[in-house]
Amino acid sequence: MALTYTAIATVTVGSGGAANIEFTSIPGTYTDLLIKYSARSNRNDVGDDVKLQFNGVTTGYSNRRLYGYSTGVTSDATAGNEGGWVTASTATASTFGNNDIYIPNYTGSNQKSFSVDGVAENNDANSAQVLVAGLSTTTNSISSIAIIPRNGSLFAQYSTATLYGIKNTA
Amino acid sequence: MSETLTKIVVNCETGEQQILPLTAEEIAQREADAAAFAVAEAERIAAAEATAAAKASGIAKLLALGLTEAEANALVK
Repeated sequence: MALTYTAIATVTVGSGGAANIEFTSIPGTYTDLLIKYSARSNRNDVGDDVKLQFNGVTTGYSNRRLYGYSTGVTSDATAGNEGGWVTASTATASTFGNNDIYIPNYTGSNQKSFSVDGVAENNDANSAQVLVAGLSTTTNSISSIAIIPRNGSLFAQYSTATLYGIKNTA
Repeated sequence: MSETLTKIVVNCETGEQQILPLTAEEIAQREADAAAFAVAEAERIAAAEATAAAKASGIAKLLALGLTEAEANALVK
């Protein structure tokens, strides 16, 4: 059970945007990690998928995803490194998608599970929510994490991400 | 494309933040991922449309057999 949350680092995207947000040299002194991010992509669409990468590894991910949107709900299994869902260029101006990525036991030597809980704000019926149960086959301790828009080239200005370290002891 | 894509890298030990250009490998990976996503998304949409069409066809056939719309919808729910 999480007893302490420590904000390890926060990033805010400046003017011009950012293609990736990467946390590196993550200390191995916590039990779990949590990334809370609020972001908007420059994809020419109402929303965009976000990729998650551990230690720069681009393969070995699998997901089960529950995806709710304007006209229904779907579930699927993907081989992608699903890290959430954000608003994009045609969504209501100045709205962002908000996501939590939780990574338990990130220093362990087993494969790494993670979960994502996100919603893309939009003043329209076409809005989306996503829940993800994910797995990475990496058995190394996670020392870096990147979040990347899958279709857009950039996260927009004022997108933010904070990495929290969580301990189960005070 | 003349735009130089950059990433924000924060070192969690020192707190230092850097803005760095993407490597050629990172750019290639982005393009490959976007292409794969487009294929998967097209397949997902096609499957959803096929399912919806099959349900509509099934409902129409049940209605032709004399079921009410509520009964037909309940059966293909």
